[in-house]
Amino acid sequence: MRAVPGSRTARWLPLAPATTLLLLFLAGPIAYCVYLAFTDMQLTGQASASFVGFANFRRAFGDPDFRNAVGMTLVFTVVSSLVGQNSLGFALAALMRRASKAVRTAVGTVVVAAWVLPEIVAAFLLYTFFNRRGTLDAILDWLHLPTQNWLFTLPILAVSFANVWRGTAFSMLVYAAALDGIPQDVTEAAEVDGARGLRRFWHVTLPMIRRSVGTNLMLNTLQTLSVFGLIWAMTRGGPGNRSETLPVFMYDQAFLKALIGYGTAVALLLLLVGAGFSLVYLRLMREEM
Amino acid sequence: MPSLSARRTRQRLAADAALLVVAAAFAVPLVWLLSASVDGAAGLRVRLPASPTGDNFAAVLTDEITFTPMLNSLLLCGGATLLTVVCAALAAYPLSRYRSRLTRPYLMGVLFATCLPMTAIMVPVYGLFVRINLIDTVYGTALFLAAAQLPFAIWLMKNFMDGVPTVLEEAAWTDGAGRLQALVRVILPLMGPGLTVVTIYSFIMMWGNFFVPFMLLLSPGKLPASVSIFTFFGTYGQVAYGQLAAFSILYSTPVVLLYALIARRLGGGFALGGAVKG
Repeated sequence: MRAVPGSRTARWLPLAPATTLLLLFLAGPIAYCVYLAFTDMQLTGQASASFVGFANFRRAFGDPDFRNAVGMTLVFTVVSSLVGQNSLGFALAALMRRASKAVRTAVGTVVVAAWVLPEIVAAFLLYTFFNRRGTLDAILDWLHLPTQNWLFTLPILAVSFANVWRGTAFSMLVYAAALDGIPQDVTEAAEVDGARGLRRFWHVTLPMIRRSVGTNLMLNTLQTLSVFGLIWAMTRGGPGNRSETLPVFMYDQAFLKALIGYGTAVALLLLLVGAGFSLVYLRLMREEM
Repeated sequence: MPSLSARRTRQRLAADAALLVVAAAFAVPLVWLLSASVDGAAGLRVRLPASPTGDNFAAVLTDEITFTPMLNSLLLCGGATLLTVVCAALAAYPLSRYRSRLTRPYLMGVLFATCLPMTAIMVPVYGLFVRINLIDTVYGTALFLAAAQLPFAIWLMKNFMDGVPTVLEEAAWTDGAGRLQALVRVILPLMGPGLTVVTIYSFIMMWGNFFVPFMLLLSPGKLPASVSIFTFFGTYGQVAYGQLAAFSILYSTPVVLLYALIARRLGGGFALGGAVKG
């Protein structure tokens, strides 16, 4: 028998401070976000906001800049999260199992260092790397390959690569843990059956780590969807709007163009996409809880 | 057919070579950071400094550029981390120990909030902060940072607390200790490593956070290092790149050291990856 001290309600009292904070500063703003998205609130004249129904959303879908931002967000997410971080992270984790210890340590340190550095420092570093007078063009020049102003010609790819540089460590660590979790006898049985290379990856490894793949994809995508500082510091969404993802577009509309209501409607759409991914992630987790 | 060990060696060499190429690519920006910081005439590309100098560091080690923003960061992130850890530890206790119909939905809600893109709610948060006069206040910003970090902290903390056997606190109750006493005296010391991980991880996340203080703090005197670095150097024109690199190193060092601390504590492994997966 457990002699639990305190009454039933008192037991749950420790939840109060956290719950209060979450309600005031997370649930509150989300509710306010839903409200604002249906008004014509502007930075100037806060008091005169009125209800405008779905006007902000209709405006968004008819706005070529908004559609551009959706496209940019898709490119940014697919290139940097799905393809870049995820595949490179897996490749690194898989290769590291075969590499010698010294190389493993060196690679692990460098990749994780890129991840640990603050976002804004990473942005500055990659800005100098991709700059017209930066290291990438210096290397290309040395190899007698054509150089260009990457931040001007391919800004969305430059910021995507920056995000790969910054975020690959997470996938690498998740996959390293997942590959460690594959029982030895499974690997050995596959070896005896002569399953190697791609076939082994597809039929043996992938099914064993598929939950990790799902989790990792979800978390990477959600993280990538909310990247702002990296892009803002590297290109400010430009030149023009050629690297303007949804968070940058939202900020631009709400603060630089003073359209809080419209910016919030965009934010709400972003939040809904994020919520959709979160629900998928929860389903993946549910099996374990 | 080559022997198994010959094949292993060949595989190892191939893996080593491939990894070194990737590592070199990842290292280039880091090499620029280090070389430019000690280069009196640093430009945008990697080069060996002609004569290494400490001038860049000397130039940025002023109240205005380094000390005030770093102190602001420490107050903002330290305060918010303390709040996060205390709230998370308290909340994790009933979630870990008692069964109720509400436990599962609560945890699901917490996990759901963990995943939401926080960037998206910054516009309404700004609007809200203007209305309730929390805009441009350090404590208001700290409260938001804490709330934003809380879902993940609760989740981690609950998982760590699940690992502490209940037998010991039951013994403490028999000796007449209350719930809070049992939590502080028995459970938290036993989950020391977990508590350290949650604390340091929360602090690292807040230290690097740019968008939240960028939106919620306005006075230059209150800005943390993550934003001041941007206002000082962000206007690309005649930027002193050596100084930018030197300040970046000063600003990054605390989180790199803290990360190294928890990484070693976890035996080089990575508990967060595991924790995230449940």
